[in-house]
Amino acid sequence: MHELSIIQSILEATTNAVQQNGKPGTVETIEIEIGELAGIEWSTLEFLWPAAVGDTLLADATLQVRWVPGKAVCSDCSSSFDVRRLYDPCPGCGSHLLQITQGEELRIKSLTLVDKPTVAKAPLRWN
Amino acid sequence: MCATCGCSGNEHKLTAFLAMKKPEALTGLTVATLPPGARPGVQSFAPDTPVKTVIELERDILEKNNRMAERNRGFFEARNILAINLVSSPGSGKTALLERTLADLGARRQFFVVEGDQQTARDAERIAAGGAPVVQINTGKGCHLEAHMVHQAIRQLQPTTDSIVFIENVGNLVCPSMFDLGEGRRVIVISVTEGEDKPVKYPDMFRSAQLCVINKVDLLPYLKFDVQALKEYARQVNPQINFIEVSATSGQGMETWYAWLGL
Repeated sequence: MHELSIIQSILEATTNAVQQNGKPGTVETIEIEIGELAGIEWSTLEFLWPAAVGDTLLADATLQVRWVPGKAVCSDCSSSFDVRRLYDPCPGCGSHLLQITQGEELRIKSLTLVDKPTVAKAPLRWN
Repeated sequence: MCATCGCSGNEHKLTAFLAMKKPEALTGLTVATLPPGARPGVQSFAPDTPVKTVIELERDILEKNNRMAERNRGFFEARNILAINLVSSPGSGKTALLERTLADLGARRQFFVVEGDQQTARDAERIAAGGAPVVQINTGKGCHLEAHMVHQAIRQLQPTTDSIVFIENVGNLVCPSMFDLGEGRRVIVISVTEGEDKPVKYPDMFRSAQLCVINKVDLLPYLKFDVQALKEYARQVNPQINFIEVSATSGQGMETWYAWLGL
């Protein structure tokens, strides 16, 4: 359930960025980057997201996720290869002494704010 | 020129009214252009062409935690404090290992303890009974400690120069692995009553630790636990990890653990 902490960190960083931006507007899109080796369970994050952002500035935002595949360099034979699990050995020499070069990302890439008109609520009359 | 009202840009003012219809019809909002003040109930509002602003943040999601962790680390380094983040699944014997360590070494070195649990101060009470200063953090619904919690705890504890600070994390092999607390070393405790394949089931945690303490080895004669298999699994995830086999109950292997602590 560390995904809840991750969402809260995203919210905090987003709130600060929007405040610093100084313009009113709602967040239309938030783009994040998650490495496949970063330890994030997508189904958990997806499940928690609506409740966690419920009455915040991200309530109506579309969450766009860019998944970054895992890559490593073998410290023994220097070959580069794709890593799906942390215990995968080097396909060249079988070594487990790997340096992960990609796939541990956890980044907020960008926010798209939209200066949508908020329609003032007129007194409604029903026919 | 603006196709809607003929103005030169986005500064046009439209007037609109909400059609007096039943609520279901309001989902597709009806907007019409009307001369200002033409009808009662008419309101004016700013541009209906949304102005989009893209903020390129490029920020690490855990940046705040990592920054706080570095502050903790700087504090520990400046006072020559060895700070150890103890992680494990629940029931592996972290608190028992600490109790034994403090009882055996309390006279030789000053220890401070930060206890993390979802609920209760039971662990802190156990540690306090041995005389070491301790702060209990209850994470409530949280499943791990974060750097700011440890920051608050060490402000209360005020650990002294050359001391050892044990941070006993919440018993959980998943979540605590992602959160740097500012520790100098991360130690994972596993007991022989667990499965030897835990390192590959929970690789993130084993990958981030420098030492694996294998606890409860006094029970090995009664179990089908393959210590060698555990070590092989752990080295698949982290070839540089070290192992110490102990029993916090019988005291077996504790001297090796104390030597690793530099005592």
